[in-house]
Amino acid sequence: MAERLSPLARFEPVSTDDLRIAEIPFLTQVNLRVDPKSRAAADIGLALGAPLPTEPNTYASADSDVFWLGPDEWLIVGAGARADLEPRLRAAATGAVEAGRVHVGITDVSAQRTALVVGGPKARDLLAHGCALDLHPRTFGPGRCAQTMLARAQVLLAAREGGEFRVFVRSSFAGYLAAWLLDAAVEYLP
Amino acid sequence: MLLIPCPWCGPRDEAEFRYGGQAHVAYPEDPAALSDEEWARYLFFRDNPKGRFAERWNHTAGCRRWFNVVRDTATNEWVSA
Repeated sequence: MAERLSPLARFEPVSTDDLRIAEIPFLTQVNLRVDPKSRAAADIGLALGAPLPTEPNTYASADSDVFWLGPDEWLIVGAGARADLEPRLRAAATGAVEAGRVHVGITDVSAQRTALVVGGPKARDLLAHGCALDLHPRTFGPGRCAQTMLARAQVLLAAREGGEFRVFVRSSFAGYLAAWLLDAAVEYLP
Repeated sequence: MLLIPCPWCGPRDEAEFRYGGQAHVAYPEDPAALSDEEWARYLFFRDNPKGRFAERWNHTAGCRRWFNVVRDTATNEWVSA
């Protein structure tokens, strides 16, 4: 079997007191399109252990992270290679789909993006070099996420506990973004 | 750079958006009945006011939704979202 390489397989993780940058490869990611008021949305929320977040630019964490992407669109990210995530969502939606006229789109998009962890006391300053959003904890604390531009690359940015960020970036942009992060981080590295 | 009020995501940089031109341009009810000139008018002719202008934007780098806003073309103020 061919060896599976992550988009940032050659990226050397950064780990200092001030800053941590590392890839989390091969996360299972599923894109979900469904009417948030439908029974299918409620059933999927039950299966995930948390209702689908309907407030823009927030995410919910249960056994998976559920990121708000749009008024009827979410990205569900399971830890590691979770081959059962997509079938589980399909099974949860089946009842409502068969019962009535509701349309649900469930698509595995694991290869679309890879994830970077940017953590440490300087993480916010580093991201602010290339991101126009206000990343202060007052407006972008744990539980907030946003699709925006980081150094002109489209990313999904999520704030986690302890001032840590997850940056989901398209696989083809990952090399560029990692190189940009390293370059922008020069002043914070010994 | 404009700070555009996306109805879902809040104010974001213009670089995250694509412009969609004038809003409320209705598709002709019976396109086949139009003369070439009328069709060209529908396709290519748009208002160009100095002042309030209803226009469409797509938040391509964010929630990817279309929305309408009214912008004052003289002052770049957003009148309503």
